[in-house]
Amino acid sequence: MSRLIRLDRTGHTELATWTAGDAASQEAAIEAFRRELHEGMLASARLPDGSAEVVRELPLGADLVVLRRPIAGG
Amino acid sequence: MNTTGCSSAITPDHPRIILAEAAAMPWRPRASERSLAREGRIWTLWSVGVVLTFGLPAALLVSIEPFAFPVSAIFLGHGIAVLHLQARRGARGVKPIGEAANGPERTALGLLADLVGHDVRELLAETGLVLERARLGAWLVGQEGAILVRPGGHRVHCFCVRVGEGEDLPAGDRIAHLLLALREDEEGFATVANRNFSGANWRLAWELSGRSRPALRQARAVA
Repeated sequence: MSRLIRLDRTGHTELATWTAGDAASQEAAIEAFRRELHEGMLASARLPDGSAEVVRELPLGADLVVLRRPIAGG
Repeated sequence: MNTTGCSSAITPDHPRIILAEAAAMPWRPRASERSLAREGRIWTLWSVGVVLTFGLPAALLVSIEPFAFPVSAIFLGHGIAVLHLQARRGARGVKPIGEAANGPERTALGLLADLVGHDVRELLAETGLVLERARLGAWLVGQEGAILVRPGGHRVHCFCVRVGEGEDLPAGDRIAHLLLALREDEEGFATVANRNFSGANWRLAWELSGRSRPALRQARAVA
């Protein structure tokens, strides 16, 4: 099962989960993903090698997609 | 891409998108191996300049009047203090996390632990910093900054970087933000971050808290 989570004041919030064969759960996840991006969040998908990739569309093959806020120089 | 407008698979060889925050700063030259080496040389020149500015007059004064040694020592002390202050600024910028006290802190720490491997998890618990090995060297990521130990382990670069509006975030989440950005685009991350200090590893180790020093030793070992 893949997860879409948002880093926030609660630690993190799970916004959606989806599986490969479940079109309804995928649609819900895509909708949640787009809503968060519209709010200014940035998305990061975990790659199999442990690195991360910026994504602007929900990668349905990823096991974990994390929504984060922008960073800035201190 | 499929008909729903989402990519259906990700692979390590996909072309990478640069960090959005770095793309939003087109006026800032993108950090690279070369730019970091150049910055390192500038910092070294600056340090030599400080030593000469304070050391030469002190030596000259003692050579002219040996009894003026206390005045020379004070003058030289000023120079050494300047060098210490620079390294201290770098050391304090990184800000390790403390013990997870409440619910959100524990939740954030749990996710952060999921994002890193077993060894890094242990180091995080011990030192409050996350170690991430990358192309430019070994990074130590804290709540409001990061330390880059360059290959070979002799030189460090300290960066000041934080979550833009992250005052309400638990400490673990702040590190997770920086870690994800670093993994997305290492050079972009170094571009966005502001520079605090660059110099010899031992200078930074001198100024780090006793709790954080093992993390620096570990980073040096893997850099």
